[in-house]
Amino acid sequence: MNKIENLEHLKKIKEENLKLIFPKKTRILVGMASCGLASGAGEVFQVLAEEIKRRNLDITLVQSGCAGFCEKEPLVDIMKPGWPRISYCEMNSKKIRKIIELLLKGKVEKDWILAKAEEEELLLEGTRRPYPLNGIPEELEEILPYKYHPFYEKQLKIAMRNCGFIDPENIDEYIARGGYSTLYKVLIQCDPDQVIEEITKSGLRGRGGGGFPTGRKWHYCRNAPGDIRYVVCNADEGDPGAYMDRSVLEGDPHSVLEGMIIGAYAIGSNEGYIYIRAEYPLAVQTLRKAIKQAEDYGFLGKNIFNSGFDFSIQINRGGGAFVCGESTALMASIEGKVGEPRAKHIHTVESGLWEKPTNLNNVETWANVPLIIAKGADWYSKIGTRDSKGTKIFSLVGKIENTGLVEVPMGITLREIIYDIGGGVPGRKKFKAVQTGGPSGGCIPEELIDLPVDFEELSRVGSMMGSGGMIVMDEDTCMVDIAKYFLSFLQDESCGKCTSCREGIKRMLQILTRITQGKGREGDIELLEELSQVVAETSLCALGQTAPNPVLSTLRYFRDEYEAHIKDKKCPAKVCKDLITYFIDEEACRGCLVCKKLCPQEAITGERKEPHRINQDKCIKCGICLENCKFDVIKVE
Amino acid sequence: MIKLTIDNREVEAREGATILEAARKVGIEIPTLCYHQALTAYGACRVCTVEIIRKEWSRLSTACTYPVQKGIEVKTNSEKVKRARKMILEMLLARCPNVKKIKDLARDMGIEKPRFELDNEECILCGLCVRVCEEIVGVSAIAFFNRGTEREVNTPYEINSDVCLGCGACAVVCPTEAIKAEDIKEIRKIPLWHTELKKRKCRLCGEFFAPEVEIDFLKKKDARLGEEIFETCPSCRKKELGNKILYTNSRRRKYV
Repeated sequence: MNKIENLEHLKKIKEENLKLIFPKKTRILVGMASCGLASGAGEVFQVLAEEIKRRNLDITLVQSGCAGFCEKEPLVDIMKPGWPRISYCEMNSKKIRKIIELLLKGKVEKDWILAKAEEEELLLEGTRRPYPLNGIPEELEEILPYKYHPFYEKQLKIAMRNCGFIDPENIDEYIARGGYSTLYKVLIQCDPDQVIEEITKSGLRGRGGGGFPTGRKWHYCRNAPGDIRYVVCNADEGDPGAYMDRSVLEGDPHSVLEGMIIGAYAIGSNEGYIYIRAEYPLAVQTLRKAIKQAEDYGFLGKNIFNSGFDFSIQINRGGGAFVCGESTALMASIEGKVGEPRAKHIHTVESGLWEKPTNLNNVETWANVPLIIAKGADWYSKIGTRDSKGTKIFSLVGKIENTGLVEVPMGITLREIIYDIGGGVPGRKKFKAVQTGGPSGGCIPEELIDLPVDFEELSRVGSMMGSGGMIVMDEDTCMVDIAKYFLSFLQDESCGKCTSCREGIKRMLQILTRITQGKGREGDIELLEELSQVVAETSLCALGQTAPNPVLSTLRYFRDEYEAHIKDKKCPAKVCKDLITYFIDEEACRGCLVCKKLCPQEAITGERKEPHRINQDKCIKCGICLENCKFDVIKVE
Repeated sequence: MIKLTIDNREVEAREGATILEAARKVGIEIPTLCYHQALTAYGACRVCTVEIIRKEWSRLSTACTYPVQKGIEVKTNSEKVKRARKMILEMLLARCPNVKKIKDLARDMGIEKPRFELDNEECILCGLCVRVCEEIVGVSAIAFFNRGTEREVNTPYEINSDVCLGCGACAVVCPTEAIKAEDIKEIRKIPLWHTELKKRKCRLCGEFFAPEVEIDFLKKKDARLGEEIFETCPSCRKKELGNKILYTNSRRRKYV
């Protein structure tokens, strides 16, 4: 590969590679990010490769990233000249063989198609280019275009603009969609202060959880005394249920790299680090390839675009400690020390890595940068609310129809995310609450479902944005049990350095545990509140400072559930095993023997066609009988 | 010099000093457990929590790590501070219900019996031993292991350390007497670190006075010191070498 030294060269590469977006021969992309692979995309890819070889087909087969709709994985996109781009969903080896068969006959299986795209939006250029159409199968007419599909209609993809649409391992495809042209503009036409000014004006705030204004952080770092500065990308994503950073890195690594190079130029840094958890092997591998390709083209290294600016990026893999996502712990870890936070009275923008000014931003923040510079602060700041601009990726998980990653403009309501995009709660169950912001976030109850989602509003109701986890809960969820779950996660992940966090979380968890066991005492709620306040006020880092949130927010909205556990020794959601009993409605029982056979404790007695009975001394409340009874005669109280 | 207010008193402190240093200098006492003036501040025990009011914004922070800033107002004993410190000590007392130092500090805050289930630890994980071993002794024989509630101090692989000198600095700084260094005839033992080291006999009086490895370490550390000082116990050395070593070179006194 030749180094790209000027705009003409970059444009040439771009024009040459437009064929990747508007291919002259059929191109098939299989979504093979971690989520796709977990649903069987590997096998689908294998089958496709074999079919193409066996039939000697002139088809290009590539791996792409995650398009966000994880519920429907594996996704396979077919780009056939003359057709719109179509996405098949929930593929398996059998289905994909059929599809190849049909494709060769110029047909489609419309029931398996998720959506189609009649035009390609090149966000960086602000243009939409239609696919040239001719001879499309009739069935395709009825298929919903992506932009009208309920899952995608309200989404606005900025950070995930390329995810699932390109081959992340091919830098040419990123360039074809306008990639690295912003970097050229920045290095050749802008001075660093202009870049910082633009980011500041855009209103971009840190997407890792803190929500600190990015432009201001860059400004502080640039103006901190010293001649060596570092920029770091925080890819130590660890919130349970949140995986947007992984998807961005697996699906579009160059957007993060380009953002970092632009940031480094603005801040005045020549060395960057990406701190990524080692449990993300695919993201690490994709990043490594991306860095190598960017180096080969000269986007990383010495004298980028002949501008005189040098910048290199190194990858550091984290060892799996949640607390290493905290800035000072992360930097200690990069330095080879134990990943423990330190007091931050002197900020890392002044004294971070090796005591040099260091600018740390999260994956999603970096991925936003190229687009903001390309399209301008005015464009970006029109999206979102007064104090929270742009979009945010949420990982929508839990009791929800459409599990996946959704990127939405700030200010969208929880209702729109959960019902319009997410498709609501499955199984005719009632929505109860949504937990946002990761383990240190809070639970938001149903009455606040019309809350517009942004940094301020989430904090105001006792939760937070965090990194964007959104766990939907239905009526079968016990809120005390949920608080216990998150506290037990935090107890495991606290580094243990400071008394408040280590001992405080442990004591809160002990109290929650005894409440769920029916051993709660009068005064436990007040003691929890007292502990919460001190842990929040006196812990050393944000992990401890926010650790009481799951308790405080569930107490705020579901205090009656705590009281029912403590005073009446009842679990209203019928979850806490020590507070519930399983029994059989003997009048309705048909005596079918199913539960008797399945019970692992042999706790159920009764003859065929005679009512069965559960021996309470043996029952471990596993719920297998309830799940398997066809006549709904197993009751819980 | 930086001017600030501590407990309604105007105080001056050099730039870079901590609130704890500034307060102690003027005789305002703030309790501490994980602080030692010879070691890097660590901010782990949270007992020195004070209230800091800056631009009308009040927050709690640890006095041992917070650098003095112009115009800030510090309260070491406000209701907010007392409430937090009381809970921190209640938690520490539940962890170490039988440690005298903790019992005393808790009693000062009016706590006799914690409201939590009692553990029976001696170590409060203040990290003074780890820091003294690294920063002063310079061997890092011990370190923190595991995280969260599993956290503990130990030697690598929890076996006798190759580098422990048996010097006992860790036992000296330990605020809860959780670390014990014992001398049994010619052996120096620190059971917590699995350390058992042979001691050297004094050339003059025949008493065992320091572990062999510690003496060898010191020899290597400063080759200019005379061989003879490593062969005699401190009291004999005083007698024999007297003024020559003890009073002419203050640098060497450190090693006596």
